[in-house]
Amino acid sequence: MRHASRELTCQELVELVTEYLEDTLAPSERLRFDAHLRTCPGCTAYIEQMRTTIRVLGKLSEESVSEDARRELLATFRTWKADVAKRDG
Amino acid sequence: MNSTRAPSPTDELELVLALRAGDEDAFTDLVNRYEAAMLQIALAYVPSRAIAEEVVQEAWLGVLHGIERFEQRSQLKTWLMRIVLNRAKRRGSEEARTIPFSVIQPAWNDSGPSVEPGRFRGPSNAWPGHWVSPPSSWSGVPEARLLSGEMFEQVRRALGELPTRQREVITLRDVLGYPAHEVCNVLAISETNQRVLLHRARSRVRAAVERYLEQ
Repeated sequence: MRHASRELTCQELVELVTEYLEDTLAPSERLRFDAHLRTCPGCTAYIEQMRTTIRVLGKLSEESVSEDARRELLATFRTWKADVAKRDG
Repeated sequence: MNSTRAPSPTDELELVLALRAGDEDAFTDLVNRYEAAMLQIALAYVPSRAIAEEVVQEAWLGVLHGIERFEQRSQLKTWLMRIVLNRAKRRGSEEARTIPFSVIQPAWNDSGPSVEPGRFRGPSNAWPGHWVSPPSSWSGVPEARLLSGEMFEQVRRALGELPTRQREVITLRDVLGYPAHEVCNVLAISETNQRVLLHRARSRVRAAVERYLEQ
C-alpha cells in the first residue's frame, strides 16, 4: 500500500497526467498532484507539453479530402440518384 | 471542435429525408459536415492518404445505399462514423497483409512507462523517481514551428507507429475532439479502457513532438 500523504515522484506523476487532465483523479490524489506541481518546474513543463501536444493533434483534422475526391463523390451521388429513380420509376 | 457544429435532431431528420429524396444540396451539406472527420478515421487504419480517400468514397457509397434503412433512433453522426470505421478496418487488415503498417516500434513496449525510465533518477539516488533531464517549456516555441508541415508529418508518423487501439482512441479524442463518452460509444469500450489507451497514445505522441523540437 502506498502511503496516502507521501509525495508523488515525477515518475509517478507522468502516469497520472491523463487522469489529471480528464479530471478523474480521486480528490486526495488530485491534492497530491497539485502539491507536486507547485514545487516541480519539470512536471509543470511536462503538463504544458501534453496540452500543446493535444493542441497540435487537433490541428491535424483541418486537412480535408482532395478536390478530385470531392468531384468523384458528386459523380457517385448522381449515379446513385439515377439508379434510385430508375428503380422507383 | 466538431461537437460545436453538431446539428440538432430536427436538422438531421430533414437532411435524411432530403437525401432519401435525392437532394444534392443535402448530400453536399452532409459531406461538408463530416468528410474531414471521416478522412481522419480512415487514416487511423490505412497506411496512406490515397487509400484513406478511397475508404471515404466507399463509405459515402455505403451511406447512400443505407440511407433508406437508417433508423432515427441512432444519431446520424454515430451511424456515419460506424460506416467509415468498419470500411477502414476491413481495408486496413487487407493492406496489413501486404504492407507492414508499423515499421518502427518504440523501444518500450505497449504496457510500458509513459516516459523512458532513463529520464528519472534511479532508486539508489537521493531523489529516486525525480527527473534527471526535466522537460523544458515549449512556451517559447514559435507558433509557426509548432504548427509546421514538418511537425504534422512527425505527429502523423508517431500516430502511425501506435498500436491500432491507441490510434483509434487518440484520433477520435484529440484529432477530432470527440468527448470521451462518444468515443466509448463508437468503439464499444469502457471509460477506463478509453482513458488508458488515450494516456499511452498521448504519452508517445508527446515524446515524438519532444524529439522533433529538441533535435
